[in-house]
Amino acid sequence: MAERQHLKDHFIEQRIFHNRSIFAIFFTLILFGILIFRLFILQINNHEHFTTLSQNNRVSVQAIPPTRGLIYDRNGIILAENLPSYTLQIIPEQTTIDIDILINELSLLINIREIDIKKFKKEVRRKRRFEGIPLRFRLSDEEVAIVSVNLHRLPGVEIKAQLSRFYPYGKETAHVVGYVGRINEKELKTLPVTNYSGTNHTGKLGIEKSYEALLHGQVGYQKVETNVRGRVQRVLERHNPTPGDDLYLNLDIKLQQVAIEAFNGKRGALVAVNPENGHILSMVSMPDYDANLFVNGIDSKTYNALNQSWERPLFNRTILGSYPPGSTAKPFFALAGLETNTIQPDHQIFCPGFYQLKGKAHKYRDWKKWGHGKTDIEKSIVQSCDVFYYDLAFKLGIDKMHKFMTAFGFGQRSGIDMLGERSGLMPSKEWKKRVRKQVWFPGETVIAGIGQGYVLVTPLQLALGTATLANGGHYFQPQLVSAIQRKVDRIPRPVTPQMIRKIPIKRQENWDQIYHGMTEVIHGARGTARRLNKPGMRYKIAGKTGTAQVFSVAQDSSYKEDELEERLKDHALFMAFAPADNPKIAIAVIIENGGHGGSVAAPIAGQVIAAYLDQFSDEELKRPAQKIPAIPSGQPSTPSTPPDSTAPAYSLKSIQHGGHNHG
Amino acid sequence: MASQTSSQSLFFRLHIDVTLLMGLIALVALGQIILYSAGGESSALMQRQAIRLGIAFIVMLMIAQISPDTMRRWSPILFIIGTVMLIAVLFFGTKALGAQRWLDLGLFRFQPSEMMKLAVPMMLAWYLSGRHIPPRKLHLLLALVILMLPVLLIAKQPDLGTSLLVTCAGLLVIFMAGVSWRLILGFTFAGLAFTIPMWLFLMRDYQRQRVLTMLNPESDPLGSGYHIIQSKIAIGSGGTFGKGWLNGTQSHLEFLPERHTDFIFSVFAEEFGFSGILLLLSLYLFIIFRGIYITTQAHGTFARLLGASIVLTFLIYIFVNIGMVSGILPVVGVPLPLVSYGGTSIVTLMAGFGILMSIHTHRKLLAH
Repeated sequence: MAERQHLKDHFIEQRIFHNRSIFAIFFTLILFGILIFRLFILQINNHEHFTTLSQNNRVSVQAIPPTRGLIYDRNGIILAENLPSYTLQIIPEQTTIDIDILINELSLLINIREIDIKKFKKEVRRKRRFEGIPLRFRLSDEEVAIVSVNLHRLPGVEIKAQLSRFYPYGKETAHVVGYVGRINEKELKTLPVTNYSGTNHTGKLGIEKSYEALLHGQVGYQKVETNVRGRVQRVLERHNPTPGDDLYLNLDIKLQQVAIEAFNGKRGALVAVNPENGHILSMVSMPDYDANLFVNGIDSKTYNALNQSWERPLFNRTILGSYPPGSTAKPFFALAGLETNTIQPDHQIFCPGFYQLKGKAHKYRDWKKWGHGKTDIEKSIVQSCDVFYYDLAFKLGIDKMHKFMTAFGFGQRSGIDMLGERSGLMPSKEWKKRVRKQVWFPGETVIAGIGQGYVLVTPLQLALGTATLANGGHYFQPQLVSAIQRKVDRIPRPVTPQMIRKIPIKRQENWDQIYHGMTEVIHGARGTARRLNKPGMRYKIAGKTGTAQVFSVAQDSSYKEDELEERLKDHALFMAFAPADNPKIAIAVIIENGGHGGSVAAPIAGQVIAAYLDQFSDEELKRPAQKIPAIPSGQPSTPSTPPDSTAPAYSLKSIQHGGHNHG
Repeated sequence: MASQTSSQSLFFRLHIDVTLLMGLIALVALGQIILYSAGGESSALMQRQAIRLGIAFIVMLMIAQISPDTMRRWSPILFIIGTVMLIAVLFFGTKALGAQRWLDLGLFRFQPSEMMKLAVPMMLAWYLSGRHIPPRKLHLLLALVILMLPVLLIAKQPDLGTSLLVTCAGLLVIFMAGVSWRLILGFTFAGLAFTIPMWLFLMRDYQRQRVLTMLNPESDPLGSGYHIIQSKIAIGSGGTFGKGWLNGTQSHLEFLPERHTDFIFSVFAEEFGFSGILLLLSLYLFIIFRGIYITTQAHGTFARLLGASIVLTFLIYIFVNIGMVSGILPVVGVPLPLVSYGGTSIVTLMAGFGILMSIHTHRKLLAH
């Protein structure tokens, strides 16, 4: 019985096990079926999708920053270049000790400023751990040597050679060329993201800012295979960046140096223009500063010293300074009187030393207490008679003055290829009603006649007005850049001078009469700038001195007693062109609180004119003006270039910013 | 033909199943090829694995010499030793990667949970083979108690993968012993009901996280979902024929985590594609079917239950590993059997195949 039971159990057991084994086989096949189905979906159905994902995983695109374009002066002297410089950087991933200790260690070896550490820490948060983060720029050879011998105990420290912007004439060109600086957060929002993905610096001021789009170039990129931490394994393909265009300026750095030397530490501005085409030959704003300070971050102490100085070295007076033109406006008004037939060429007044409006008791004084006596047009210019112009202004009326002066570019932006210029002010009845919400008083016309009152000009405007007067009414758009050169062909493409308007000449004799008066200012026996008249001069200068009253010092600014006295002195002005019969240079000089124009401003202009005209032969000085754009000397001229390529590829952005922007 | 039979009988006398051995050698060889690529073309890594494989093969051949009858008699002792060591691990174990799994025995470190992968099914097979088949309810209950004790100890370490595999090995013994389908269904529902308190009280945060990201890996692509997403990209980008040996970008550029251990399948799938996968799965299927064949031919309940459990646990290994790297199962840390780099699991697996060989080659001797 037990035996049978056992056999029966054995049989049942066998059957159960057999059934379960068959189930196990099915179970196995089902599980494998699930796996194969799943893998089929991943590998065959969604293959493309995952291939794309895999590609994106491993291939990353890295930006290669373009080399910034160079800036030359009109003679091919370099004003902004890229020099190899040594940067000390730290790769956080490779440091084995605390970064603060490492920096401390480094500061024992070389000079590391607070600002360097601050900027470094800011970037540590932004960048990935295997990327080098700059701590110090522009190490000296000595510093490189000191760090190099200690590298073995400075894990993660690296010295990298890279290009850094350098301005050989950093002081002389700071107000013209400007400078580049590290891109700040505000600029990050406005600069094209892709094109700047590898760039650390951007133009902050001057040409560097205005021509940023051309100077920067086009970013290149390389496709690299990276591992999961982003470290580059190998380069798959490389697209080289397009370097930025080189710029040739109309500026003559030698002339610039002469002008700065002539200033001899005085505050003020000078602008020299070629009246034949509007080319800016020299542009000086004093005091100046070294643009190189700003390239890799200026420390706050130096910056504050520059920014808070009452002499305002960072303030570009040539385009931002607004000054009453004073007597330098007189030749324009005299011409206005003649051309509008308000006065005749033989017009004369009697100057008793003051002027009175009919029925008014107020006396408008002449600078010469006892008056000039009988005064005609020439005399009014040569001796700068105020009463003549009080009367003339009253006869013209402010609106005619406004209309005439506007044609010469006063009271409006010139359109110079530098951002941020001020417009000055040439008042009118309409202007006063619109802006001041007041009616115009006749007395305001009277003082406008001697370039006071509401009238304000920038040194640039005064130079341009002088050039327009000199060349017979051709108003050119001022141009700093003369040619743009692409790196590929190295052919400078000249920027065509743009003549904005031609002022119609009613009678050539009217203009000649003004020219004559202005020439007498220098070469006449009683001219206010007769000290410029030197024996044996190869050319004659036509000019006009000016002295502008300083009405008030800004109430909120703090000043010392002696400083105040200095700052209430009159501004000295001078405008001139030469040679008088064939103008090749027009110039405007303003010396802040300098006193009398004839004694302070005129000599500076005289030195610049002399230095510029010295390079011309006698024959060239007499040759009539040629309306061709200047191209840098030493470069082949390209008369056959198609017209579209000679036109500037770059239009000045209409962004206007008031004052100095610190990057 | 005659020489073949004689050699067959020679292997038979050495207690080696040639068919199974061939399948294992083919699989291990393929595994070494994958490992070379997955390990960053490191021959040192391959050498270490080859030494382990050698030891594992020797262990297999040694175990094959022990008759199933001897194994059966030693089963309870082995189980008790294993359980005691698991308790010891809880108190004196070495910590690594947030889990306490190893016993430092001076000369070498030992992982008792690995031993339990075999000791638990052996114990259950011993217990159930001495009882009525199919097992009665009381026996079943006791069998579950025997199973749960080590499983809970392992889960406490925590080692979710191993506790899962040990549970499977045990349950498979009970299943093969002929538990009625009604009970199986009942327990399945009970098990599902058990998952709720397990989720709340037993699972560690990282284990819960694994399950959650398995359900939606894209929800946390840079964190815990990263492994699964990268693994799926590796597999999917392999396509039909793969990117070629040593050309897998996902693995060689280090996007794929744990390339030479748990995620080695993804490396293989990326480099050899769907066709390579079919080859690998065929090898696995061959070994499993040979194993099932051996168990159906086995003599004695103990041998059948143990053999079937070993074979089907091997299947579970494969399914869980490939399932997890392809994103249909949570990442629980189960290696791809005989391919993944790592010592203990290979020795345990080969010991299991040693038992199968023993079952097959001791059969006729028993019959007489």
